[in-house]
Amino acid sequence: MRLITSAAFVAGIVAFAPPSGSADAPSLLAGEVTPAGLAQGRDIAFDRGKGNCLACHVIADGQLPGNIGPPLMAMKLRFPDPDRLRAQIWDASARNPETIMPPFGKHRILTGEEIDLVVAYLYSL
Amino acid sequence: MIRRGGRRGGVVAAGLLTGALLGLGFPAPARADPEADRIGFRSYFQQRFPDVPAEAWIDGMYAIDEGARQQWQEIEDFPPYEFTVEEGQALFQDPFGDGRSYGDCFPDAGRGIRQRYPRFDSETGEVETLEVAINGCRARHGEPALSYDSKEMLALTAWIAYASRGRPMAVEVPDDARALAAYEEGKRFYYTKRGRLDMACVDCHGRYAGAFIRGDHLSASLGHPTHFPVYRLKLGGMVSLHKRFHGCIRDVGAEPFDEQSREFRRLEYFLTYMSNGLEANGPAVRK
Ligand code: HEC
Ligand code: HEC
Repeated sequence: MRLITSAAFVAGIVAFAPPSGSADAPSLLAGEVTPAGLAQGRDIAFDRGKGNCLACHVIADGQLPGNIGPPLMAMKLRFPDPDRLRAQIWDASARNPETIMPPFGKHRILTGEEIDLVVAYLYSL
Repeated sequence: MIRRGGRRGGVVAAGLLTGALLGLGFPAPARADPEADRIGFRSYFQQRFPDVPAEAWIDGMYAIDEGARQQWQEIEDFPPYEFTVEEGQALFQDPFGDGRSYGDCFPDAGRGIRQRYPRFDSETGEVETLEVAINGCRARHGEPALSYDSKEMLALTAWIAYASRGRPMAVEVPDDARALAAYEEGKRFYYTKRGRLDMACVDCHGRYAGAFIRGDHLSASLGHPTHFPVYRLKLGGMVSLHKRFHGCIRDVGAEPFDEQSREFRRLEYFLTYMSNGLEANGPAVRK
Protein backbone atom coordinates (compact mmCIF):
# COMPACT_ATOMS: atom_id res chain seq x y z
CA MET A 1 0.00 0.00 0.00
CA ARG A 2 1.34 3.39 -0.99
CA LEU A 3 1.06 5.90 1.80
CA ILE A 4 0.70 9.55 1.13
CA THR A 5 4.10 10.03 -0.39
CA SER A 6 4.46 13.76 -0.55
CA ALA A 7 3.35 14.26 3.03
CA ALA A 8 6.91 14.23 4.24
CA PHE A 9 7.68 17.38 2.30
CA VAL A 10 4.90 19.41 3.75
CA ALA A 11 5.45 21.85 6.52
CA GLY A 12 3.15 20.91 9.33
CA ILE A 13 3.30 17.20 8.66
CA VAL A 14 6.02 15.39 10.49
CA ALA A 15 7.88 12.87 8.37
CA PHE A 16 6.99 9.35 9.27
CA ALA A 17 8.47 5.97 8.67
CA PRO A 18 6.86 3.70 6.08
CA PRO A 19 4.08 1.73 7.72
CA SER A 20 4.83 -1.82 8.73
CA GLY A 21 1.28 -3.01 8.12
CA SER A 22 -1.57 -1.47 6.20
CA ALA A 23 -4.23 -1.95 8.84
CA ASP A 24 -2.93 0.74 11.16
CA ALA A 25 -1.89 3.15 8.44
CA PRO A 26 -4.74 5.62 8.71
CA SER A 27 -4.45 6.15 12.43
CA LEU A 28 -0.71 6.41 12.06
CA LEU A 29 -1.21 9.08 9.47
CA ALA A 30 -3.61 11.13 11.54
CA GLY A 31 -1.39 10.66 14.53
CA GLU A 32 1.59 12.09 12.69
CA VAL A 33 -0.04 15.33 11.62
CA THR A 34 0.57 18.36 13.79
CA PRO A 35 -2.32 20.59 14.85
CA ALA A 36 -0.93 23.25 12.54
CA GLY A 37 -1.04 20.78 9.65
CA LEU A 38 -4.64 19.91 10.42
CA ALA A 39 -5.54 23.60 10.53
CA GLN A 40 -3.87 24.07 7.16
CA GLY A 41 -5.80 21.14 5.73
CA ARG A 42 -9.02 22.59 7.05
CA ASP A 43 -8.24 25.99 5.52
CA ILE A 44 -7.55 24.43 2.13
CA ALA A 45 -10.79 22.44 2.28
CA PHE A 46 -12.86 25.49 3.23
CA ASP A 47 -11.21 28.22 1.12
CA ARG A 48 -13.38 29.15 -1.85
CA GLY A 49 -10.30 29.70 -3.98
CA LYS A 50 -8.75 26.34 -3.04
CA GLY A 51 -10.64 23.13 -2.29
CA ASN A 52 -13.97 24.81 -1.67
CA CYS A 53 -15.19 21.38 -0.62
CA LEU A 54 -17.90 23.15 1.36
CA ALA A 55 -19.51 24.14 -1.93
CA CYS A 56 -20.78 20.58 -2.16
CA HIS A 57 -20.13 18.83 1.17
CA VAL A 58 -21.15 19.35 4.76
CA ILE A 59 -17.90 19.31 6.76
CA ALA A 60 -17.79 19.68 10.54
CA ASP A 61 -18.36 23.33 11.49
CA GLY A 62 -17.98 24.71 7.95
CA GLN A 63 -20.41 27.54 7.22
CA LEU A 64 -22.96 27.58 4.39
CA PRO A 65 -22.24 24.11 3.05
CA GLY A 66 -23.83 22.86 -0.13
CA ASN A 67 -25.49 19.45 -0.38
CA ILE A 68 -24.41 18.14 -3.77
CA GLY A 69 -22.11 15.45 -2.36
CA PRO A 70 -22.36 13.32 0.80
CA PRO A 71 -21.36 14.84 4.17
CA LEU A 72 -17.67 14.25 4.85
CA MET A 73 -17.73 12.61 8.25
CA ALA A 74 -16.38 9.46 9.88
CA MET A 75 -13.83 9.38 7.11
CA LYS A 76 -11.51 6.81 8.66
CA LEU A 77 -14.40 4.43 8.88
CA ARG A 78 -15.58 4.97 5.35
CA PHE A 79 -12.13 5.31 3.76
CA PRO A 80 -9.85 3.02 5.74
CA ASP A 81 -7.42 3.16 2.82
CA PRO A 82 -5.89 6.65 2.57
CA ASP A 83 -4.87 5.95 -1.01
CA ARG A 84 -8.48 5.68 -1.98
CA LEU A 85 -9.36 8.90 -0.22
CA ARG A 86 -6.46 10.64 -1.89
CA ALA A 87 -7.43 9.21 -5.28
CA GLN A 88 -11.01 10.44 -4.82
CA ILE A 89 -9.73 13.99 -4.35
CA TRP A 90 -7.00 13.71 -6.97
CA ASP A 91 -9.43 12.68 -9.72
CA ALA A 92 -12.99 11.80 -8.78
CA SER A 93 -13.76 11.09 -12.43
CA ALA A 94 -11.62 7.95 -12.34
CA ARG A 95 -14.27 6.32 -10.19
CA ASN A 96 -17.26 8.09 -11.70
CA PRO A 97 -16.70 9.58 -15.17
CA GLU A 98 -19.83 11.70 -14.86
CA THR A 99 -19.05 13.12 -11.45
CA ILE A 100 -19.48 16.83 -10.82
CA MET A 101 -16.62 16.76 -8.31
CA PRO A 102 -13.60 18.57 -9.78
CA PRO A 103 -10.39 16.60 -10.39
CA PHE A 104 -8.36 18.59 -7.88
CA GLY A 105 -5.02 16.91 -8.49
CA LYS A 106 -5.30 16.08 -12.15
CA HIS A 107 -6.29 19.66 -13.02
CA ARG A 108 -3.80 21.19 -10.60
CA ILE A 109 -6.44 22.98 -8.59
CA LEU A 110 -4.55 21.71 -5.54
CA THR A 111 -0.96 20.48 -5.29
CA GLY A 112 -0.18 16.99 -4.10
CA GLU A 113 0.95 18.47 -0.79
CA GLU A 114 -2.27 20.38 -0.37
CA ILE A 115 -4.28 17.24 -1.05
CA ASP A 116 -2.27 15.38 1.58
CA LEU A 117 -3.12 18.07 4.10
CA VAL A 118 -6.80 17.83 3.21
CA VAL A 119 -6.67 14.04 3.58
CA ALA A 120 -5.03 14.40 6.99
CA TYR A 121 -7.68 16.90 8.04
CA LEU A 122 -10.51 14.66 6.81
CA TYR A 123 -9.08 11.76 8.79
CA SER A 124 -9.26 13.86 11.92
CA LEU A 125 -13.03 14.18 11.53
CA MET B 1 -15.58 23.76 -29.62
CA ILE B 2 -14.69 20.60 -27.77
CA ARG B 3 -11.02 21.40 -28.11
CA ARG B 4 -11.52 24.68 -26.29
CA GLY B 5 -13.82 23.15 -23.72
CA GLY B 6 -13.36 20.01 -21.67
CA ARG B 7 -11.10 17.28 -22.91
CA ARG B 8 -13.45 14.43 -22.41
CA GLY B 9 -16.55 16.27 -23.44
CA GLY B 10 -17.55 13.86 -26.15
CA VAL B 11 -17.30 10.93 -23.80
CA VAL B 12 -19.28 12.72 -21.14
CA ALA B 13 -22.00 13.82 -23.50
CA ALA B 14 -22.35 10.32 -24.85
CA GLY B 15 -22.28 8.88 -21.35
CA LEU B 16 -24.97 11.21 -20.16
CA LEU B 17 -27.22 10.50 -23.06
CA THR B 18 -27.07 6.80 -22.58
CA GLY B 19 -26.70 6.85 -18.82
CA ALA B 20 -29.07 7.65 -16.06
CA LEU B 21 -29.32 10.86 -14.08
CA LEU B 22 -30.19 10.28 -10.47
CA GLY B 23 -31.89 7.10 -11.45
CA LEU B 24 -34.10 8.62 -14.09
CA GLY B 25 -33.22 7.77 -17.64
CA PHE B 26 -32.11 10.74 -19.66
CA PRO B 27 -33.41 10.71 -23.22
CA ALA B 28 -31.31 8.83 -25.72
CA PRO B 29 -32.85 9.39 -29.12
CA ALA B 30 -31.32 7.20 -31.77
CA ARG B 31 -30.98 10.09 -34.22
CA ALA B 32 -31.20 13.86 -33.91
CA ASP B 33 -34.75 14.57 -32.89
CA PRO B 34 -35.22 17.89 -31.10
CA GLU B 35 -38.83 17.20 -30.23
CA ALA B 36 -37.98 13.87 -28.60
CA ASP B 37 -35.18 15.66 -26.72
CA ARG B 38 -37.58 18.33 -25.51
CA ILE B 39 -40.12 15.86 -24.22
CA GLY B 40 -37.41 13.92 -22.42
CA PHE B 41 -35.82 17.06 -21.00
CA ARG B 42 -39.09 18.32 -19.65
CA SER B 43 -40.25 15.05 -18.20
CA TYR B 44 -36.89 14.59 -16.49
CA PHE B 45 -37.55 17.66 -14.35
CA GLN B 46 -41.22 16.87 -13.93
CA GLN B 47 -40.40 13.43 -12.59
CA ARG B 48 -37.78 14.75 -10.22
CA PHE B 49 -39.99 17.60 -9.01
CA PRO B 50 -43.53 16.26 -9.24
CA ASP B 51 -44.85 19.08 -7.04
CA VAL B 52 -43.62 21.85 -9.32
CA PRO B 53 -46.31 22.74 -11.85
CA ALA B 54 -44.99 22.67 -15.41
CA GLU B 55 -45.64 26.37 -15.96
CA ALA B 56 -43.62 27.37 -12.87
CA TRP B 57 -40.23 26.51 -14.40
CA ILE B 58 -40.08 29.93 -16.04
CA ASP B 59 -39.27 31.37 -12.61
CA GLY B 60 -35.85 29.76 -12.25
CA MET B 61 -34.88 28.88 -8.70
CA TYR B 62 -38.13 30.37 -7.40
CA ALA B 63 -39.95 27.43 -8.96
CA ILE B 64 -38.37 25.21 -6.34
CA ASP B 65 -37.60 27.57 -3.46
CA GLU B 66 -40.87 28.42 -1.68
CA GLY B 67 -39.20 30.64 0.90
CA ALA B 68 -37.30 32.77 -1.58
CA ARG B 69 -40.29 32.87 -3.90
CA GLN B 70 -42.39 35.10 -1.64
CA GLN B 71 -39.67 37.66 -1.18
CA TRP B 72 -39.02 37.64 -4.89
CA GLN B 73 -42.69 38.16 -5.73
CA GLU B 74 -42.75 41.26 -3.56
CA ILE B 75 -39.87 42.65 -5.59
CA GLU B 76 -41.59 41.74 -8.86
CA ASP B 77 -44.61 43.78 -7.71
CA PHE B 78 -42.50 46.94 -8.10
CA PRO B 79 -40.02 45.73 -10.66
CA PRO B 80 -36.68 47.50 -10.86
CA TYR B 81 -36.66 46.91 -14.63
CA GLU B 82 -39.75 49.02 -15.22
CA PHE B 83 -37.83 52.06 -16.36
CA THR B 84 -35.67 49.96 -18.65
CA VAL B 85 -38.76 48.56 -20.35
CA GLU B 86 -40.13 52.07 -20.92
CA GLU B 87 -36.81 53.20 -22.28
CA GLY B 88 -36.79 50.23 -24.63
CA GLN B 89 -40.24 51.02 -25.91
CA ALA B 90 -39.18 54.59 -26.68
CA LEU B 91 -36.02 53.37 -28.42
CA PHE B 92 -38.04 50.90 -30.45
CA GLN B 93 -40.19 53.71 -31.78
CA ASP B 94 -37.40 56.23 -32.27
CA PRO B 95 -36.84 56.89 -35.96
CA PHE B 96 -33.48 55.94 -37.50
CA GLY B 97 -31.52 58.42 -39.59
CA ASP B 98 -33.44 57.26 -42.67
CA GLY B 99 -36.78 57.94 -41.02
CA ARG B 100 -37.63 54.27 -40.54
CA SER B 101 -37.63 52.44 -37.22
CA TYR B 102 -37.48 48.94 -35.75
CA GLY B 103 -41.14 48.56 -36.61
CA ASP B 104 -40.02 48.25 -40.25
CA CYS B 105 -38.03 45.13 -39.41
CA PHE B 106 -40.23 43.44 -36.83
CA PRO B 107 -43.92 42.61 -37.24
CA ASP B 108 -46.74 43.81 -35.00
CA ALA B 109 -44.81 46.81 -33.71
CA GLY B 110 -42.49 44.42 -31.88
CA ARG B 111 -45.23 42.84 -29.77
CA GLY B 112 -45.44 39.08 -29.37
CA ILE B 113 -42.23 38.23 -31.20
CA ARG B 114 -39.84 37.18 -28.43
CA GLN B 115 -41.06 33.59 -28.33
CA ARG B 116 -39.84 32.92 -31.87
CA TYR B 117 -36.18 33.68 -31.08
CA PRO B 118 -33.64 32.39 -31.64
CA ARG B 119 -34.56 31.37 -35.16
CA PHE B 120 -32.61 29.61 -37.85
CA ASP B 121 -31.78 31.99 -40.69
CA SER B 122 -31.72 29.90 -43.85
CA GLU B 123 -30.00 32.69 -45.79
CA THR B 124 -26.94 32.87 -43.57
CA GLY B 125 -27.21 29.31 -42.31
CA GLU B 126 -26.78 30.67 -38.79
CA VAL B 127 -28.78 30.95 -35.61
CA GLU B 128 -30.26 34.42 -35.31
CA THR B 129 -30.94 35.60 -31.79
CA LEU B 130 -33.07 38.62 -31.00
CA GLU B 131 -29.93 40.67 -30.38
CA VAL B 132 -28.50 39.74 -33.77
CA ALA B 133 -31.85 40.56 -35.42
CA ILE B 134 -31.84 43.99 -33.76
CA ASN B 135 -28.37 44.77 -35.07
CA GLY B 136 -29.32 43.36 -38.47
CA CYS B 137 -32.22 45.80 -38.60
CA ARG B 138 -29.92 48.66 -37.65
CA ALA B 139 -27.46 47.69 -40.38
CA ARG B 140 -30.20 47.66 -42.99
CA HIS B 141 -31.10 51.19 -41.99
CA GLY B 142 -27.57 52.51 -41.92
CA GLU B 143 -27.18 52.55 -38.15
CA PRO B 144 -24.08 51.32 -36.32
CA ALA B 145 -24.38 48.07 -34.37
CA LEU B 146 -25.19 48.28 -30.69
CA SER B 147 -22.78 46.55 -28.40
CA TYR B 148 -24.43 43.53 -26.83
CA ASP B 149 -24.04 44.72 -23.28
CA SER B 150 -25.08 48.32 -24.00
CA LYS B 151 -27.95 49.91 -22.12
CA GLU B 152 -29.77 50.36 -25.42
CA MET B 153 -29.55 46.70 -26.39
CA LEU B 154 -30.70 45.57 -22.96
CA ALA B 155 -33.56 48.09 -22.98
CA LEU B 156 -34.72 46.99 -26.44
CA THR B 157 -34.63 43.30 -25.57
CA ALA B 158 -36.33 44.02 -22.24
CA TRP B 159 -39.18 45.83 -23.97
CA ILE B 160 -39.61 43.17 -26.63
CA ALA B 161 -39.62 40.49 -23.92
CA TYR B 162 -42.18 42.46 -21.95
CA ALA B 163 -44.40 42.97 -24.99
CA SER B 164 -44.34 39.19 -25.59
CA ARG B 165 -45.23 38.03 -22.12
CA GLY B 166 -47.58 35.10 -21.99
CA ARG B 167 -46.74 33.76 -25.46
CA PRO B 168 -45.56 30.16 -25.38
CA MET B 169 -41.96 29.80 -26.53
CA ALA B 170 -42.09 28.52 -30.11
CA VAL B 171 -38.59 28.06 -31.46
CA GLU B 172 -38.33 26.03 -34.64
CA VAL B 173 -35.64 23.73 -35.95
CA PRO B 174 -36.58 23.63 -39.62
CA ASP B 175 -36.01 20.63 -41.81
CA ASP B 176 -32.57 21.78 -42.85
CA ALA B 177 -29.38 19.86 -42.12
CA ARG B 178 -27.61 23.07 -41.08
CA ALA B 179 -30.29 23.93 -38.55
CA LEU B 180 -30.16 20.49 -37.07
CA ALA B 181 -26.36 20.67 -36.92
CA ALA B 182 -26.56 24.01 -35.08
CA TYR B 183 -29.04 22.56 -32.63
CA GLU B 184 -26.89 19.49 -32.08
CA GLU B 185 -23.84 21.63 -31.43
CA GLY B 186 -25.73 23.65 -28.83
CA LYS B 187 -26.83 20.46 -27.21
CA ARG B 188 -23.30 19.09 -27.14
CA PHE B 189 -22.12 22.30 -25.53
CA TYR B 190 -24.65 21.87 -22.76
CA TYR B 191 -23.37 18.40 -21.87
CA THR B 192 -19.65 19.12 -22.25
CA LYS B 193 -17.50 19.30 -19.19
CA ARG B 194 -15.07 22.16 -19.34
CA GLY B 195 -12.60 24.23 -17.43
CA ARG B 196 -10.37 23.60 -14.47
CA LEU B 197 -13.36 22.45 -12.45
CA ASP B 198 -14.42 20.17 -15.28
CA MET B 199 -18.14 20.84 -15.06
CA ALA B 200 -20.94 20.96 -17.60
CA CYS B 201 -24.13 23.01 -17.60
CA VAL B 202 -26.07 19.80 -17.08
CA ASP B 203 -24.14 19.07 -13.89
CA CYS B 204 -25.38 22.14 -12.06
CA HIS B 205 -28.67 22.87 -13.83
CA GLY B 206 -29.70 19.32 -14.72
CA ARG B 207 -28.53 16.60 -12.42
CA TYR B 208 -28.14 18.75 -9.33
CA ALA B 209 -30.87 21.31 -9.96
CA GLY B 210 -32.57 21.85 -6.63
CA ALA B 211 -29.40 21.24 -4.64
CA PHE B 212 -27.31 23.88 -2.93
CA ILE B 213 -23.84 24.78 -4.07
CA ARG B 214 -22.57 26.66 -1.04
CA GLY B 215 -25.41 29.08 -0.36
CA ASP B 216 -26.76 29.08 -3.92
CA HIS B 217 -29.86 27.13 -4.80
CA LEU B 218 -29.38 25.67 -8.27
CA SER B 219 -32.17 26.32 -10.74
CA ALA B 220 -33.19 24.01 -13.57
CA SER B 221 -32.25 24.75 -17.17
CA LEU B 222 -35.86 24.18 -18.09
CA GLY B 223 -37.27 27.71 -18.34
CA HIS B 224 -33.95 29.52 -18.27
CA PRO B 225 -34.29 31.34 -21.56
CA THR B 226 -37.90 32.43 -21.06
CA HIS B 227 -37.26 35.39 -18.78
CA PHE B 228 -34.23 37.25 -20.09
CA PRO B 229 -32.90 39.87 -19.88
CA VAL B 230 -32.82 39.86 -16.12
CA TYR B 231 -32.36 42.59 -13.55
CA ARG B 232 -29.77 41.30 -11.12
CA LEU B 233 -30.07 42.72 -7.64
CA LYS B 234 -26.45 41.81 -6.96
CA LEU B 235 -25.25 43.94 -9.85
CA GLY B 236 -27.96 46.57 -9.81
CA GLY B 237 -28.52 46.27 -13.53
CA MET B 238 -29.76 44.24 -16.47
CA VAL B 239 -27.91 41.22 -17.80
CA SER B 240 -28.45 39.21 -20.96
CA LEU B 241 -28.71 35.44 -21.18
CA HIS B 242 -25.29 35.27 -22.78
CA LYS B 243 -23.80 37.31 -19.94
CA ARG B 244 -25.11 34.61 -17.62
CA PHE B 245 -23.59 31.86 -19.78
CA HIS B 246 -20.35 33.81 -19.65
CA GLY B 247 -20.40 34.04 -15.86
CA CYS B 248 -21.14 30.35 -15.30
CA ILE B 249 -18.39 29.29 -17.68
CA ARG B 250 -15.90 31.62 -16.05
CA ASP B 251 -16.87 30.20 -12.66
CA VAL B 252 -15.83 26.70 -13.69
CA GLY B 253 -12.43 28.04 -14.72
CA ALA B 254 -12.95 27.77 -18.47
CA GLU B 255 -12.38 30.45 -21.05
CA PRO B 256 -15.79 31.95 -21.77
CA PHE B 257 -17.04 32.75 -25.23
CA ASP B 258 -18.20 36.22 -26.21
CA GLU B 259 -21.79 37.31 -26.09
CA GLN B 260 -23.45 36.39 -29.37
CA SER B 261 -20.57 34.13 -30.35
CA ARG B 262 -21.61 31.28 -32.58
CA GLU B 263 -21.19 28.88 -29.65
CA PHE B 264 -23.48 30.85 -27.35
CA ARG B 265 -26.10 31.39 -30.05
CA ARG B 266 -26.22 27.65 -30.65
CA LEU B 267 -26.38 26.95 -26.93
CA GLU B 268 -29.29 29.38 -26.67
CA TYR B 269 -30.95 27.68 -29.63
CA PHE B 270 -30.83 24.30 -27.93
CA LEU B 271 -31.84 25.59 -24.51
CA THR B 272 -34.72 27.67 -25.82
CA TYR B 273 -36.02 24.76 -27.85
CA MET B 274 -36.03 22.74 -24.61
CA SER B 275 -38.30 25.43 -23.13
CA ASN B 276 -40.76 25.45 -26.03
CA GLY B 277 -44.32 25.61 -24.78
CA LEU B 278 -43.40 27.53 -21.62
CA GLU B 279 -44.50 31.14 -21.46
CA ALA B 280 -42.20 34.00 -22.31
CA ASN B 281 -42.02 36.05 -19.11
CA GLY B 282 -39.13 38.45 -19.40
CA PRO B 283 -37.76 40.59 -18.05
CA ALA B 284 -37.39 39.21 -14.54
CA VAL B 285 -35.60 39.92 -11.26
CA ARG B 286 -32.92 37.62 -9.92
CA LYS B 287 -30.49 37.72 -7.03
C1 HEC C 1 -18.98 20.57 -7.18
C2 HEC C 1 -19.22 19.59 -6.18
C3 HEC C 1 -18.11 19.01 -5.34
C4 HEC C 1 -16.97 19.62 -4.82
C5 HEC C 1 -16.53 21.06 -4.98
C6 HEC C 1 -16.30 18.60 -4.07
N1 HEC C 1 -16.98 17.42 -4.12
FE1 HEC C 1 -16.48 15.68 -3.21
N2 HEC C 1 -18.11 14.76 -4.06
C7 HEC C 1 -19.07 15.38 -4.81
C8 HEC C 1 -20.07 14.39 -5.19
C9 HEC C 1 -21.31 14.65 -6.04
C10 HEC C 1 -19.67 13.17 -4.64
C11 HEC C 1 -20.39 11.81 -4.74
C12 HEC C 1 -19.67 10.86 -5.62
C13 HEC C 1 -19.75 11.25 -7.09
O1 HEC C 1 -20.78 11.76 -7.55
O2 HEC C 1 -18.76 11.04 -7.79
C14 HEC C 1 -18.43 13.44 -3.92
C15 HEC C 1 -17.74 12.48 -3.22
C16 HEC C 1 -16.66 12.76 -2.39
C17 HEC C 1 -16.02 11.79 -1.53
C18 HEC C 1 -16.44 10.36 -1.39
C19 HEC C 1 -17.46 10.30 -0.32
C20 HEC C 1 -18.06 8.94 -0.15
O3 HEC C 1 -18.64 8.72 0.90
O4 HEC C 1 -17.98 8.13 -1.07
C21 HEC C 1 -15.02 12.43 -0.87
C22 HEC C 1 -14.07 11.85 0.15
C23 HEC C 1 -15.02 13.81 -1.33
N3 HEC C 1 -16.02 13.97 -2.24
C24 HEC C 1 -14.13 14.77 -0.89
C25 HEC C 1 -14.09 16.06 -1.39
C26 HEC C 1 -13.08 17.03 -1.02
C27 HEC C 1 -11.99 16.79 0.00
C28 HEC C 1 -13.33 18.17 -1.72
C29 HEC C 1 -12.57 19.46 -1.77
C30 HEC C 1 -11.15 19.40 -1.86
C31 HEC C 1 -14.52 17.91 -2.53
N4 HEC C 1 -14.94 16.62 -2.29
C32 HEC C 1 -15.11 18.82 -3.37
C33 HEC C 1 -19.09 16.71 -5.17
C34 HEC C 1 -18.10 17.63 -4.89
C1 HEC D 1 -20.71 25.28 -10.80
C2 HEC D 1 -22.11 25.26 -11.02
C3 HEC D 1 -22.65 25.84 -12.31
C4 HEC D 1 -22.36 25.48 -13.60
C5 HEC D 1 -21.40 24.41 -14.09
C6 HEC D 1 -23.19 26.31 -14.45
N1 HEC D 1 -23.94 27.16 -13.68
FE1 HEC D 1 -25.39 28.42 -14.35
N2 HEC D 1 -25.71 29.07 -12.44
C7 HEC D 1 -25.09 28.58 -11.31
C8 HEC D 1 -25.60 29.26 -10.14
C9 HEC D 1 -25.16 29.02 -8.69
C10 HEC D 1 -26.55 30.20 -10.60
C11 HEC D 1 -27.40 31.16 -9.77
C12 HEC D 1 -28.54 30.42 -9.12
C13 HEC D 1 -29.52 29.88 -10.14
O1 HEC D 1 -30.36 30.62 -10.64
O2 HEC D 1 -29.43 28.69 -10.50
C14 HEC D 1 -26.62 30.03 -12.06
C15 HEC D 1 -27.47 30.75 -12.89
C16 HEC D 1 -27.63 30.52 -14.24
C17 HEC D 1 -28.60 31.16 -15.08
C18 HEC D 1 -29.63 32.20 -14.64
C19 HEC D 1 -30.89 31.53 -14.15
C20 HEC D 1 -32.06 32.46 -14.01
O3 HEC D 1 -33.15 32.00 -13.63
O4 HEC D 1 -31.97 33.64 -14.29
C21 HEC D 1 -28.44 30.66 -16.34
C22 HEC D 1 -29.23 31.02 -17.58
C23 HEC D 1 -27.36 29.70 -16.28
N3 HEC D 1 -26.89 29.63 -14.99
C24 HEC D 1 -26.91 28.96 -17.37
C25 HEC D 1 -25.81 28.10 -17.33
C26 HEC D 1 -25.25 27.45 -18.49
C27 HEC D 1 -25.78 27.57 -19.90
C28 HEC D 1 -24.18 26.74 -18.07
C29 HEC D 1 -23.17 25.98 -18.86
C30 HEC D 1 -22.53 26.67 -19.94
C31 HEC D 1 -24.11 26.90 -16.64
N4 HEC D 1 -25.09 27.75 -16.23
C32 HEC D 1 -23.19 26.26 -15.83
C33 HEC D 1 -24.15 27.57 -11.28
C34 HEC D 1 -23.63 26.92 -12.38
